[in-house]
Amino acid sequence: MAKIIAGVGSSHVPAIGAAIDNNRTEEPYWKRVFSGFEKSKEWFTKTKPDVAIIVYNDHASAFSTDLIPTFALGAATEFPPADEGWGPRPVPVVQGHPQLASHIAQSVILDEFDLTVCNKMEVDHGMTVPMNLVMGKKNPDEHWPCPVIPLAVNVVMFPPPTGHRCLMLGKAIRRAVESYPEDLRVVIFGTGGLSHQISGPRAGLINSKWDKNFLDNLTKDPVKLSKIPHIDYMREAGAEGIEMVMWLIMRGALGDNVEEVYRFYTVPASNTAVGHIIMETRDKPKPSARKSSARKKPAASKRAVVAKSKAKAKPRRAAAAAKKVDRVRS
Amino acid sequence: MARREQAYDDIPGTFVFDAERAREGYPINTFCMSLMKDENRKAFKADEAGYIKQFHMTPDQEKAILTRDYNRMLELGANIYFTAKLGATDGHSFQHLAAVMTGNTQQAYADMMLAGGRNVDKNRSTTGMNTPVSLSDDVFAAGAAKPKAKAKPAAKAKVAKAGAAKAKSKTKAKASAKKSSPKSKSSKKRK
Repeated sequence: MAKIIAGVGSSHVPAIGAAIDNNRTEEPYWKRVFSGFEKSKEWFTKTKPDVAIIVYNDHASAFSTDLIPTFALGAATEFPPADEGWGPRPVPVVQGHPQLASHIAQSVILDEFDLTVCNKMEVDHGMTVPMNLVMGKKNPDEHWPCPVIPLAVNVVMFPPPTGHRCLMLGKAIRRAVESYPEDLRVVIFGTGGLSHQISGPRAGLINSKWDKNFLDNLTKDPVKLSKIPHIDYMREAGAEGIEMVMWLIMRGALGDNVEEVYRFYTVPASNTAVGHIIMETRDKPKPSARKSSARKKPAASKRAVVAKSKAKAKPRRAAAAAKKVDRVRS
Repeated sequence: MARREQAYDDIPGTFVFDAERAREGYPINTFCMSLMKDENRKAFKADEAGYIKQFHMTPDQEKAILTRDYNRMLELGANIYFTAKLGATDGHSFQHLAAVMTGNTQQAYADMMLAGGRNVDKNRSTTGMNTPVSLSDDVFAAGAAKPKAKAKPAAKAKVAKAGAAKAKSKTKAKASAKKSSPKSKSSKKRK
C-alpha cells in the first residue's frame, strides 16, 4: 500500500529560481533565504520518498486564459520546464509517475473532485523552485531525486477553490494514495504564499502576523484555516496571498496526526514573505498512551483555562473545547 | 454593462482578477501571452500600435498598453502574471513593475520590502474596515487573548469587535487567576 509520509509547505518565489540559476545564492540577501532550506535538503535526502505530489499554480506558462482549470493533475511521463520569458529554467525535465497519477485521478473523481487530467504539460517556477529549495540545485543533465506528480490549482483567476474544498481534496488524495497497491512512500508539497501582493498600488504588502498564525494552525487546527473566506486572505495577506489555500490540499492529505519537524520564515524574497514547514505524519497513538501523555502535559490545564476564557465570548466553541478537556481528563 | 460591485472592491490599491475581469481582459492577456515568442516580441517592438490590432481590444485597453499604464491594464482586466511578460519584453524586472505600480522608484520599493514590506495596518480597506480579520488578529488564534486589540479610532464600524476582544482578554486574566487556586480543579471535576 502506498502511504503519504510527510508534507512540505514552501513559497515558490520566481526570484529564488533566478538566484539559483544565476549563482547568486551566496550573496547576503539570498543567503538569508537559502540558509533556511539547508536542513530541509538534509531531511529530504534522509527521508528519500519514492514519489512527490506537488501542489502548485501555473503563472501564465502552461495555461493562458483560454482554459482555466481549477484542479489539473499531471499524468504525463515527463514535464519539461516552461519558458517563462527568459528561456526555460536550467533544471532537469521532471519525471512523472503516470500510474499513480492516473490512479489518483480515477479515485478522486469518483470521490467527487472533478479534476482536469493533463497528459502534456510544461511546469514553471511554481513547481521547480520548491523542488530546488528542498531537493537542491540540479543541472539539466542531472536527475531530480524522485518522480513527481504535479497538481496545478487555479489561484490566478478569482475565485480559486475554497480552503475547505482544498482540505477535502487533500483528504481524497490521501484515500487515493492509500488505495494504491504498490508500497510507495509519498511526500506531498503545498506551495505558494505566504503573504504577498505583487499587483496594483498596494503591491509589497506583507503580514507576518497572519503568516505566523497560518503556520501555527497548519498543524494545530487546519479546519479553522479551511474556514477562512477568500476576502480575508486578500485583505490581510495580499491579493496573491490567496495562494495559501494550496497548502491546505497538502495538509488535508496528511491526516489528523502530524508533527511539525521544521519551520522557516523570512521577509522578503523579492516581493514575498517566504514560509516553509515540514510536517511528518504520525500513526494514531494508542488510546492509553494518549491519555497518559495528555495528563502529564501542563498544557492540559492551560487548555482548560483557555476554554473557560472562551466561555463568555463564544459559548458554543467553549462548550466544545470544554468537552474536549473533559474527555482528556476522564 | 458596468462592472458589478463586489465585496472586495474596497481593498485599497487592488484590482482583483475575477471571472468578470478575466473575460473583459481576455484580449490583453492573450496579447501578453503572445510575447512568449521571440518573433512576436520583435514584431510588437517594431510596430506596437499595429501589432496589438489583431487582438481586438477596446480603445482604453490599447491606450493602457501603449502608454504602459500597468495599473490601468489591471483595472481593465489584465492579470499581473501576464503583464509581467510585457514588462519583460521591455527589459524590466518584476520589481521594476512593482515600483511603477506603487508609484515608487525601484530603490525605494526594494528598501520598503527589505524593511518588512508594506504594513497591512490602514491598508485593509478604503471604507474604514481596518480592524484585523480572522488570522491577522489574535481574536482568531486559539488561546491568544493578549490585550492586543489596540483602539483604532478610524475603524468605527468595528469598535464593537475590538471591545469584544478586550473583554475576552480580561476573562482570560480572570481565568488564569483561578488557575493558581486549587478550587478551579475541583469545580471542573464536579462538572
